[in-house]
Amino acid sequence: MEHHQVLRIVSRFLIPLIMLFALYVQFHGDYGPGGGFQAGVIFAVGFILYGLIYGVERLRQVVNPSLMRSLSALGVLMYAGVGVASMLSGGEFLNYSVLAEDPVAGQHIGILIIEFGVGLTVASTMTILFYAFAKPY
Amino acid sequence: MIIYFTDIALSLMLILTAMVIAVQRNLLGAVMLSGIYSLLCASLFVCLDAVDVAFTEAAVGGGVATILFLGTLAQTDYEKKSRVGISWSGLFLVIICGSLLVYGLSDIPGFGLADNPVQTYLADVYLVQSQKDIAVPNLVTAVLASYRGYDTLGETTVIFTAGIAVLILLGRGKADSDTVESKES
Repeated sequence: MEHHQVLRIVSRFLIPLIMLFALYVQFHGDYGPGGGFQAGVIFAVGFILYGLIYGVERLRQVVNPSLMRSLSALGVLMYAGVGVASMLSGGEFLNYSVLAEDPVAGQHIGILIIEFGVGLTVASTMTILFYAFAKPY
Repeated sequence: MIIYFTDIALSLMLILTAMVIAVQRNLLGAVMLSGIYSLLCASLFVCLDAVDVAFTEAAVGGGVATILFLGTLAQTDYEKKSRVGISWSGLFLVIICGSLLVYGLSDIPGFGLADNPVQTYLADVYLVQSQKDIAVPNLVTAVLASYRGYDTLGETTVIFTAGIAVLILLGRGKADSDTVESKES
């Protein structure tokens, strides 16, 4: 897509906004619609849009595929890690109430971390999928 | 009242889009229509007040899935192979399954009634108790992340596993770390 001047300029303006919106959806999921899954997909869409317009090879230079593979595992580990942490603090697996002095604060911390884990896994897996399906040039 | 008309109109458009996809021979057209199908689904979910689901449907169905289909088409073919007549056994099976589904519909509780089984069992507990236990205004997040934390952990693992499976099947695992992609194609 070397010659699509309009697409290139519009996307340059849109991609940061898409990513900002993804972060908003991620961390505002407690109060409005959204959460880790949606945020992860939207964040990955930012990468995918970049890859569609500037080429997959350039996206590979920006977003390292092996880093994405590690991050997708890290997200699941983070989620399960919260469960283990709550067990170590004397509660059941994934019982966030024991993570802080105040049960409600503990719930908030737990939800924030696991949503981040979900977002990490979803965003990196979507990027991996795009890399796998994109036509090699 | 107007919301019912919107629901019905959206459902009819969904059926129409699905039919056009089924008879479509040009796969690029079918992929684009499936994107439209997802968008219609998302609008329907908004009408049903399931904003979180609509969000996911629009992002995954309308966005990422369409792109992945297009990527697949770019590596295969844009035209479906020509059809060889009607498969009568298939048609018979479809009619049987369809009539069973319609028969099953007669047993479904009415749309949006307050005394439906889904509203009477745990919904009250979640609505009232979650604001004391978790104090997260978005009920969907409270249920998904806390009460149903095990399910969501499972879902995340499924997504991770799917990513791994795609890497194994398409065999690009090694190649993309040092960009020797062109060698194998």
